[in-house]
Amino acid sequence: MTDSATKTSQTGAIHLTDATFEQTIKDAGMPVFVDFFAEWCGPCKLAAPIVEKLAGEYQGKAMIAKVDTDENRDVAIKYGIMSIPTVIIFTVEDGKIKEVDRKIGFPGEGGYRQMLGKVVPEHKE
Amino acid sequence: MQQTQVAIIGSGPSGYTAALYTARANLAPLLFAGEKSGGQLMNTTDIENYPGFPQGIPGPQLMMDMRAQAERFGSQVIDQYVTAVDFSAKPFKLWTHFPEGTTGEMLEKATPEEITQFVKTVKATPHDVEADAVILSVGAQPKMLGAPGEKEFLGRGVSTCAVCDAAFFREKSTIVVGGGDTAMEDTLALTKFVKQVTLLVRGDTMRASKVMQDRVLHHPKVKVLFQTTLKEVKGEGAVKEVVLKNTVTGAEETQVIDGVFIAIGHTPMTQLFAQEVSLDSHGFILTRQSLSAMGIEMARLALTDEGKVGFPTMTSVEGVFAAGDVVDTRYWQAVTAAAQGCQAAIDAERWLEKR
Repeated sequence: MTDSATKTSQTGAIHLTDATFEQTIKDAGMPVFVDFFAEWCGPCKLAAPIVEKLAGEYQGKAMIAKVDTDENRDVAIKYGIMSIPTVIIFTVEDGKIKEVDRKIGFPGEGGYRQMLGKVVPEHKE
Repeated sequence: MQQTQVAIIGSGPSGYTAALYTARANLAPLLFAGEKSGGQLMNTTDIENYPGFPQGIPGPQLMMDMRAQAERFGSQVIDQYVTAVDFSAKPFKLWTHFPEGTTGEMLEKATPEEITQFVKTVKATPHDVEADAVILSVGAQPKMLGAPGEKEFLGRGVSTCAVCDAAFFREKSTIVVGGGDTAMEDTLALTKFVKQVTLLVRGDTMRASKVMQDRVLHHPKVKVLFQTTLKEVKGEGAVKEVVLKNTVTGAEETQVIDGVFIAIGHTPMTQLFAQEVSLDSHGFILTRQSLSAMGIEMARLALTDEGKVGFPTMTSVEGVFAAGDVVDTRYWQAVTAAAQGCQAAIDAERWLEKR
């Protein structure tokens, strides 16, 4: 049986669900980059391979995760997702989840790298 | 620096078709797809009016297939933006890099003054590509109203793509602004999820096709307000209210709302080319087949000895061609864009041969 919290796609982005979302972020011990997407969304298909690439590159520095908003509506509503793709970067402060950055719409690879650059400044491409 | 016979800018149906045809003519085209390749059809669900797909085909799938088909014959598709062009001398020069600290997204949101400054900065650096011919197929993007709050809440309740975002407004109250076919499609897409849709139409009639109007006017979830405009979007974190204004009486009314969908047409993506090729008063690129008085004049000046219009897709610059929504002010269809891409490719091929 697959544990949904640790289910990964081919190269490493972690799929989060309504059930695993908050605990996984709290336990990550590093900034978490979450790509909110849906299967029917065209721009999300463009973002997907880039998110996977970043997952490989940022291993150990930032957790790169994905949420399917059709299957996990509670999380999508809680975090005010009204357009996809939306990427949010979360950190944990005093045991509480804190949103530090949000990008609505697909900004291209450069846009995602810029977001990650703010929370993982020492990363070299 | 890269050299090519044909550079194509834009990756919608017209760009990919131009790449397919020039590749099959052994011109080894370079196509600059931008960071968000595929154009407007990436934001659609099923395309049911593109011939050859009797059951319809998802827009993103169609675009990925068009790309693969262009690549199969030797087109090189590059997922980068073109950041500046110089068409004043041949070969034409293209820049594809961004100045330190700038991104494609910043360019999309920039004002005309910021773009002028941006282009100046880019052009002070060495160019990246030289091309003998260029095909501009950069398309169009949704137009905004310019109402206060609209930009602030984009993606937080304001949307230009009902097909993309409707599912996030289950059982909510929404408004659609516009009176054309796109507004009708958006309204109908929303009815599948939302509690109610109010359609705001500026005039006392709608531009949309009769069939679409009827579907909207008879839908139980839809209320149409004629002679009404959106004056302001208000909220906190997300959209909460809108201020509506009656265009006849001037009366204003505040309505509680969750989602605002803007469908008032498209604006061509020609900011980078304004100084390089002739545009019409709305910013569309003029060619010898533009459906306007200026287009006819350009066609007349290009008449050959046999009384035919030479290179119909050519712009005001010899060797620069244009195709798709960036030229078309009337039809706005994937199939007409693809057809123009084919025309531009054949024109470019013949022009290169003749040179």
